[in-house]
Amino acid sequence: MSEIPQRQAYGIALADYGERNPDVVVLDADVSSSTLTKFFADRYPDRFFNMGVTEASMVDVGAGLALGGAIPFVNTFAALLTLRACEQIRTCVAYARTNVKLIGGYAGLSDYKDGPTHFATNDVALMRAMPNLLVVAPSDNVEAARMVPLIAEHDGPVYMRISRAAVPDVFDETHTVELGKGVTVLPGSDVTIIGSGSMVGRCVQAASALAKENISARVLAIHTIKPLDVELIHQAAQETGALVTAEDHSVLGGLGSAVAEAVGSCYPVPIEFIGICDTFAETGLDTESLMDASGLGVADIVAAAYRALQRKR
Amino acid sequence: MHHHPETLIYDLAEIARQIRLDVLEMVYRRKAGHPGGSFSCAEMLAALYFHHLKIDPTQPDWPARDRFLLSKGHAAAALYSTLARRGFFPVEDLERWGHLGAHLQGHPDRIKTPGVEMSSGFLGHGLSVAVGLSLAQRLKPPHYHTYVLMSDGCMQSGVAWEGALAAAKYRTSELTVLMDYNDVQLDGAAHDIMPLEPLIDKWHAFGFTVLEINGHNIRQILDALDTALEIHSTPVVILAHTTKGKGVSFMENTAKWHGAVPNDEEFAQALAELKGYRV
Repeated sequence: MSEIPQRQAYGIALADYGERNPDVVVLDADVSSSTLTKFFADRYPDRFFNMGVTEASMVDVGAGLALGGAIPFVNTFAALLTLRACEQIRTCVAYARTNVKLIGGYAGLSDYKDGPTHFATNDVALMRAMPNLLVVAPSDNVEAARMVPLIAEHDGPVYMRISRAAVPDVFDETHTVELGKGVTVLPGSDVTIIGSGSMVGRCVQAASALAKENISARVLAIHTIKPLDVELIHQAAQETGALVTAEDHSVLGGLGSAVAEAVGSCYPVPIEFIGICDTFAETGLDTESLMDASGLGVADIVAAAYRALQRKR
Repeated sequence: MHHHPETLIYDLAEIARQIRLDVLEMVYRRKAGHPGGSFSCAEMLAALYFHHLKIDPTQPDWPARDRFLLSKGHAAAALYSTLARRGFFPVEDLERWGHLGAHLQGHPDRIKTPGVEMSSGFLGHGLSVAVGLSLAQRLKPPHYHTYVLMSDGCMQSGVAWEGALAAAKYRTSELTVLMDYNDVQLDGAAHDIMPLEPLIDKWHAFGFTVLEINGHNIRQILDALDTALEIHSTPVVILAHTTKGKGVSFMENTAKWHGAVPNDEEFAQALAELKGYRV
């Protein structure tokens, strides 16, 4: 597990990158102490705009800043950003193709203590259905930090979700990230486990458990859910013949759906889906135990891998 | 006081007439569109694009240009006519409004149409986008002024008032709202559907300087636009009282003509009235 929460890694990276790129401006909706954009705010007060609880307007203001040549990072909790400002994102960011970087904090169940109103379990589904918009979910703190300059320098709108919690470390500092390119974390030949965000570390743990049973599980980390690295996923479907997807998100419309869409037309193989199964989940005592209790446990991934293997021809 | 010669007023009135004639033909030809709200803002568009705005149609991306945002995107036909007549694209393009492959969409699209600064359609976005542009030009010169044309429908949306909060916080005197207050919306009179009054008090309470004018009086429009540039302490709203469907007797002040298409007889009568109309 990482020493600092993913949001802190993001906040530090954003503040550091702010020094290198004077075009970056940051907006937050009264939660900068939570998303940790306050690190940026402290260093560059002239380039930080606290918009209060005006999520819809904040996205539009971000669009205006982008039209004026700035690179706005627009932050609040993922659920608020993608639900309350959904039409603003559709019209003024995705359709108008403004260079806005939408950053949804508190992704998935990571705000365990605040409960279902604060959980973001359909943000990927919503944002994935927006033409022109990239959808990014970094696997760990290294990827979260690497993503800041990458998405800032990408010419076009991006949605990135960030966990409130500490997430398992997956990569070391030598890890390089390319938008749109999935990462093979572990090789394997019997089944492929495809994870995104805070689930990638759990996928690695599941692969280790399967290895003890002499099952060779490949693990792919998909930090860019859209555009999906279809080539890498086709290859995994072809070579391993069975897939498991794992995401801290609803099974409806997220990574699993994207993978199913990708292989359905070319290499239809058995797929098992690990995610929130069409419920709002519930308040918990910490993120890890809440994820375990919500069907996102390592044991759930292992069981899904067995089911996929059984269905494999 | 500002001096605007009579010839300028006359010329701008003729341009407003041309915008209405274009809109009428475009809606009639396409069998779709929004004549009422296009007619109510014709003088404001003429005054902005043919006198007040710092723009260069040969350089639609000129960095120092003034920005104009049509928050009431359903007046797209009026904006398209204005941009075409001002030279941003050929007037003949107006005939292909809404055709497959044409650059003129049902509502404004900033990617497709030269001169359109921002895509719009659903009401209320313009003020917040204008705040963003105002903040951007503070950080990234050259400086420019941003104008946003809003409707009474825009002002019923929450996002517009959120934008007003932000404009007040950041004292964005670099933006001017023109409010096309025709008091008629799709379903009926705005004062029945969802009243906005006391609207001047509301704008004042949100930190704006309010200039109240007759939105069809070109001299008043030009004076207000000039005055707005001299106010550096607050954002400004030019609250323009207008008549929906202005210029065609049977369209004036009726919700029916928010989004209706004239039949052959109505088209002929509207054409005759607009051609004979004198300011």
